[in-house]
Amino acid sequence: MDMMSADELLGQALRYKAYWGDKGGITVSGGEPLLQMDFLLELFTKAKENGVHTVLDTSGNPFSRHEPFFHKFNRLMEVTDLLLLDIKEIDSKKHKILTGCSNENILDMAGYLAEIRKPVWIRHVLVPERNDYDEDLIRLDAFVKSLGNVQRFEVLPYHTLGIFKWQDMRIPYPLQGIEPPTKERVENANRLLHTSEYTGYQNA
Amino acid sequence: MNNFKQWDGFKGRIWKEEVNTRDFIQHNYAPYEGNQDFLEGPTEATEKLWSALSKLQKEERAKGGVLDMDTEIVSSLTSHGPGYISEELKDLEKVVGLQTDKPLKRAFMPYGGIKMAEDSCTSNGYTPAPELHKIFTEYHKTHNQGVFDAYTPEMKKARHNKIITGLPDTYGRGRIVGDYRRVALYGIDFLMEKKKEDYDNCGCGIMTDEIIRQREEITMQYRALADMKKMAQSYGYDISKPAENAKEAVQWLYFGYLAAIKTQNGAAMSVGRVGTFLDIYIQRDLENGMLTEKEAQELVDHFIMKLRMVKFARVPSYNQLFSGDPVWATVEVAGMGQDGRSMVTKTDYRILHTLENMGPAPEPNLTVLYSSRLPENFKKYAAYISVETSSIQYENDDVMRPVWGDDYSICCCVSATQTGKEMQFFGARANLAKCLLYAVNGGLDEKSRVQVGPEYKPITSEYLEYDELIRKYEIMMDWLAGLYVNTLNLIQYMHDKYYYEAAEMALIDTDVRRTFATGIAGFSHVVDSLSAVKYAKVKVIRDEEGVAVDFETEGDFPRYGNDDDRADDIAVWLLHTFLEKLKKYPTYRNSEPTTSILTITSNVVYGKATGALPDGRKAGESLSPGANPSYGAEKNGLLASLNSVAKLPYEWALDGISNTQTINPGAIGHSEEERINNLVHILDGYFDQGAHHLNVNVFGIEKLVDAMEHPEKEEYANFTIRVSGYAVKFIDLTREQQLDVIARSAHERI
Repeated sequence: MDMMSADELLGQALRYKAYWGDKGGITVSGGEPLLQMDFLLELFTKAKENGVHTVLDTSGNPFSRHEPFFHKFNRLMEVTDLLLLDIKEIDSKKHKILTGCSNENILDMAGYLAEIRKPVWIRHVLVPERNDYDEDLIRLDAFVKSLGNVQRFEVLPYHTLGIFKWQDMRIPYPLQGIEPPTKERVENANRLLHTSEYTGYQNA
Repeated sequence: MNNFKQWDGFKGRIWKEEVNTRDFIQHNYAPYEGNQDFLEGPTEATEKLWSALSKLQKEERAKGGVLDMDTEIVSSLTSHGPGYISEELKDLEKVVGLQTDKPLKRAFMPYGGIKMAEDSCTSNGYTPAPELHKIFTEYHKTHNQGVFDAYTPEMKKARHNKIITGLPDTYGRGRIVGDYRRVALYGIDFLMEKKKEDYDNCGCGIMTDEIIRQREEITMQYRALADMKKMAQSYGYDISKPAENAKEAVQWLYFGYLAAIKTQNGAAMSVGRVGTFLDIYIQRDLENGMLTEKEAQELVDHFIMKLRMVKFARVPSYNQLFSGDPVWATVEVAGMGQDGRSMVTKTDYRILHTLENMGPAPEPNLTVLYSSRLPENFKKYAAYISVETSSIQYENDDVMRPVWGDDYSICCCVSATQTGKEMQFFGARANLAKCLLYAVNGGLDEKSRVQVGPEYKPITSEYLEYDELIRKYEIMMDWLAGLYVNTLNLIQYMHDKYYYEAAEMALIDTDVRRTFATGIAGFSHVVDSLSAVKYAKVKVIRDEEGVAVDFETEGDFPRYGNDDDRADDIAVWLLHTFLEKLKKYPTYRNSEPTTSILTITSNVVYGKATGALPDGRKAGESLSPGANPSYGAEKNGLLASLNSVAKLPYEWALDGISNTQTINPGAIGHSEEERINNLVHILDGYFDQGAHHLNVNVFGIEKLVDAMEHPEKEEYANFTIRVSGYAVKFIDLTREQQLDVIARSAHERI
């Protein structure tokens, strides 16, 4: 992949401005964009100077209240219109089993974003045998409900379309043998999480 | 001032004094901003008729594509008695009139060329009456004979070697849209009176060629109008006076169009922009309580049903060029008025709704005249119809309106023409990809080894050098442009002389504007080939005779279709350069030269006749259709591709820039609502950049493959797709063309 400056990348994105309508803009996803904070900051700052709507799609994992991260994060929030935050699991122990990390700083970030009233869409990938447990969904529901800045809440059913990447790279697939959730379980999660009540995005 | 009682309730003045349909429309139409909720489903009559017609279409397909042919009667306005979809159901037909006495029966039309007319019979297992042969060879000359009497040896060679190709020298040139609305608005008598006035005022008594010809032509038009009345009479209608209500307006208008398709077999026989006009009549009847919405939709359904039945007798070689039996009965909806009002009416919805009431269909060629300023509701409805049926095309009203005004029609696949004020000389295409090879090989045809072009010095270096190639290419294009224009001049001259479109011209102003339409084939391949020479190293592979037969390209190069200016600038240069060369030559009847980048499905046949190119395209492979980027060249998704095409200035290709794209439904959204909204954004973005045309297909490749392997499945009977410039039932394409469509992979992402 070519290396590109923030100006070049933004210039390329602006070639598509005509297709955005009144709601479109740029979304930076990953990998994990917060790992490239300086670039991100420059890109979003320039995007806002050009009147472009900015979205950050993050797992929240790099978040911390320590410096220099926290200072930069705050500056980033000034030029970020919306965050797509992926909360994989509310229970920290299970989160660690699923991802290898605990989730305290992720939940802390969610809380912080609520504090500064930054619009957020929460996305929850539903994985059978890993995070599809009613008791956890009920806890997650209570947590998200308490935030107050969540415009949209989506359940994304786990799919197996990406397995080939692990195979191509010859690394063991960590979710081997797990099938996508059934329609009933997806409906169950939506019900327990009250996702249909988060309608703020429709007026955004 | 004339004041027919049939005009009660209509406003305005000028249109009452002179023939001026636009003025009538502007004073009387009611823009509609609402949504589609008012639309009605098909009536019982519509369902019965459509089911009878579907049965006939199945029989037609089972018989190899032709249901029935006339072998005895030369088609004219009055040659056949009335015909109906079915004798038992004829009272259900709200709109009547067929080209012959039976449904889907193809007429015998010899004036373009007797051989073509006869071959189209014999190749389908019919034997034309022998006396017809005698008449049209011994007693009466045809257009085709006239052309070949005058062709130069050079023209014949260029035609035979397919560097200029698809020429209308054996059949009607088509592309003339009569203002069929005039029949409804004025009635025939008024129109005859006006033509009589024109005749009386034609010339000052000095008989120049042009005046003599014009006097003869007006007389032929006048006679055609009289015959239209007789034709309508055979169906029990008197069209001498204006239409009194919506039903009559649709019927009168259709009779005007029927007159055209009974007398001409042009490749494209378009209907025009009729929605807003007809809405005025429908609205008046609705307001007077004379019509219900159900009945209004029925009228529109029956009208469109008739347009789905238009057929011409063709020969196999024609079908290879224009696969799937198209007639380009193009009908337009929407557009904006000069005064800024949207021209969307309820009838524009009703016309698109026929695709729901009677299922998808390739004809009529439904065209949305698009502007991002059209009412949001209508944009969404059109996008919904696209997602559901892949049967409509979009053209940018915002680039056409400044050139053609707000009452133009589309006269073929994508070419605009001022309705009732203009005619177009259709001129097929010059193969610029082959021309590039002529530049390399010094005018020698790479396939036939005949010296077709002038015997200039060929390029002899091992590697192509950009400046040298461009210099030689320009010289070869000079030659081609001149030969092409002159060949067309000759063809148009003979067509006027032996196959004059009296019925269509009778519904066009006597003082007519003429455009001279040329076209480019092989566009994207030339652009990528030049880019390869400029940005990579291209080695020439020559055979033992020293003829360049292949190329080896070392290194990567930018390709047209990725929003990369390095390639796209070459595209813009190519278009401009060829247009400027065309414009140097005098054109027949002082017509205005234009050009197009559209090839219809002929890209497959043109490709077969073209050798290997520096862009990596192998000899014989299909050319990319229209202005589409080449196969596999698009690496950055749909929008990047659209951005590239949008850079081509419409002003330099006023005959049209055709672009056909297939989008996987998943790529534009997960729900129907998302797909509709995203498609609207794509259309807004593309057209706001000044692009001209887009064919939108929404389906995945799996469906195409399955339809190719299992054409018998019921779900594919009417499966319609957009190809370059028209729509076609996928199962009616040749296998070769099906594979070609499949090879142009669907965009999995935007």
